Amino acid sequence: MFGLIDNSKIFSITSKAPKYVFFVFVIVLSIGLLEALVLSPEDYIQSHSVRIMYVHVPSAWISIGIFFLIGILSIGSVIFKNKIFSIIAKSLAPSGLVFNIIALVTGSIWGKPTWGTWWAWDSRITSMLILCLFYILYILSWRIIDDKNKLNKITSLIGILGLINIPIIKFSVDWWSTLHQPSSVRLLEKTTIHSSMLVPLALMTAAFALFSLLIFLMKYNTELIKIKNKGLDRL
Amino acid sequence: MYGKKVKLRIIFLSIIFLILLLTVFFVLKSLEENVVYFKSPTDVKEITEISEKKIRVGGMVKKGSVVLSSDKINFIITDFKNEINVVYSGAVPNLFAEEKGVVAEGILRDRNFLKAKKILAKHDENYMPPEVKKALEEK
Repeated sequence: MFGLIDNSKIFSITSKAPKYVFFVFVIVLSIGLLEALVLSPEDYIQSHSVRIMYVHVPSAWISIGIFFLIGILSIGSVIFKNKIFSIIAKSLAPSGLVFNIIALVTGSIWGKPTWGTWWAWDSRITSMLILCLFYILYILSWRIIDDKNKLNKITSLIGILGLINIPIIKFSVDWWSTLHQPSSVRLLEKTTIHSSMLVPLALMTAAFALFSLLIFLMKYNTELIKIKNKGLDRL
Repeated sequence: MYGKKVKLRIIFLSIIFLILLLTVFFVLKSLEENVVYFKSPTDVKEITEISEKKIRVGGMVKKGSVVLSSDKINFIITDFKNEINVVYSGAVPNLFAEEKGVVAEGILRDRNFLKAKKILAKHDENYMPPEVKKALEEK
């Protein structure tokens, strides 16, 4: 079913799309940054350090979302024995790792003036660090394993193992007492962020998602070229 | 639509996933003591043995309980059921305030008294501009 997709068609998309995505990304990012750094109001208690949240929260969302996708794609790869899932997951990983690191670093920078500490071993922060280790493990295993047959299995397994961590990150703040505050933006309950602060948050999330898409398209394009050069007409 | 092998792989993966989930669940459940970042004053009341070990107590800073003196600060952490007195010498974080969340790390003298080595302010999930906060308070 998935083998029928024409690689040359996909290639023509992945080789041309990045410049358009980049164009939209720059526009959304500029408006987002303008909103986040200038136009949005300061917070009643943390004053200007609230602006760190506009980078921290979208990066955390994107990094968790991308790993969730990697996990699902890994399951698909194992069940259908189709390498295309693994190649997509592999191309998604780098931007996920980058946003994971950004989330950890900005969280630390925000934590010092607000909490009074750079780091706390609470369950939310620790599980995000574990996600980061999973990303590193996942990306490294693509590089260090030479055996083609094992490569697919091992990387997929890491993706599936890491999937267990995703709900732990999400619900850590509800299940246990943590220093990290509970979620402000929820699907079923009222959002506890004022609407004037939601605008930059949404814009920055869109910008980061576009950036991930851009990196993904470029990585995927490279993978397709690699497959082409090896003289394989299909995956 | 799919062959027998695909179905087998789905079953295989589901079983592995279930085993993993249960393992993680039980590991976290048994480690609950350590997974929680702080204890509430009610949890502290239930401690059977007071040791010299460092613990963290968290809750709200009770309204009107903060007493500043030259070299130390006294306040009460409450979870609206039980309370604990805290003494601390040093600078408190900017967000430390009455009726705000706080986590105090230190050594328990008895079930009602904590000598803190470190104070962390907890931020809640509410974000709003100062004008909105003011308008809410006037209501």
